[in-house]
Amino acid sequence: MVVDEGVEEAEARTDRLFQALADTTRRDILRRCVREDLSVSRLAEAYPMSFAAVQKHVAVLQRAGLVVKERRGREQLVRADPDALGRARRALDGLEAAWRGRVERMSGLLAEAPETESEAQQSTEGRSR
Amino acid sequence: MSVTSLDKDPDNLTLTLVADFAAPAERVWQLWADPRQLERWWGPPSHPATVEEHDLTPGGDVTYFMTGPQGEKYRGWWRVATVDAPRSLEFTDGFADEDGVPNAAMPTTANRVTLTERDGGTRMEMRAVFDTREQMDQLMTMGMDEGMREAAGQMDAILAAG
Repeated sequence: MVVDEGVEEAEARTDRLFQALADTTRRDILRRCVREDLSVSRLAEAYPMSFAAVQKHVAVLQRAGLVVKERRGREQLVRADPDALGRARRALDGLEAAWRGRVERMSGLLAEAPETESEAQQSTEGRSR
Repeated sequence: MSVTSLDKDPDNLTLTLVADFAAPAERVWQLWADPRQLERWWGPPSHPATVEEHDLTPGGDVTYFMTGPQGEKYRGWWRVATVDAPRSLEFTDGFADEDGVPNAAMPTTANRVTLTERDGGTRMEMRAVFDTREQMDQLMTMGMDEGMREAAGQMDAILAAG
């Protein structure tokens, strides 16, 4: 498996993404921004928190690469990746990564010591029969 | 490497994967059919899966959650469509809310897995199709949870491969 970026860099990116998505408000902001581009002030109206707090949430999402900010007139609009095909590609990339990981783990389990394997099989048989 | 081929079709939102394992089909099937084995590979090591319900029959449900490093839980479910042990399995998987209730607003993926014995091992073909492009958009929002787990899975696989 070839990954161009360094392991640490990729881990840091994953951390940022997880952290960005670990928060209910941020997930909600993302959902809203996929439906339509919204200014930070419009977003702030939707939550019982200050404009600055919402702006901080948006900044976290931005650092994680989930949204981009775009100046339109006097407003800063927040939007998710606008390119549907790009999104499809990214989602498929994610799915690919997941399945490559899964297949590796499946291989690892299949290569485990036979006694572990037969115990596992016996326990399955015990349950299902 | 176990992954023999992989194809991504963004226009049809489909991922097709072929993997070859050095084990009989019955053994590979157990990785799917035994919940204790399933939870050892479904989630990445950073977000291990715990399988709760595991009813691998047509119309049956599999429910699970993944636990992140800070104890955060990501819930998911399968709805089984067809089962032909040890040869094929079709299921839809999706997200669930904190109580494990399938979230209808969230994207789902239709999966078809087939196992075929060949050259003394087993070939696994897996096809995953995202439901609609709208749901793809959702995947990129809350559904990104999945993408994140996947990214973590890839990292773990790389690290494990040394």
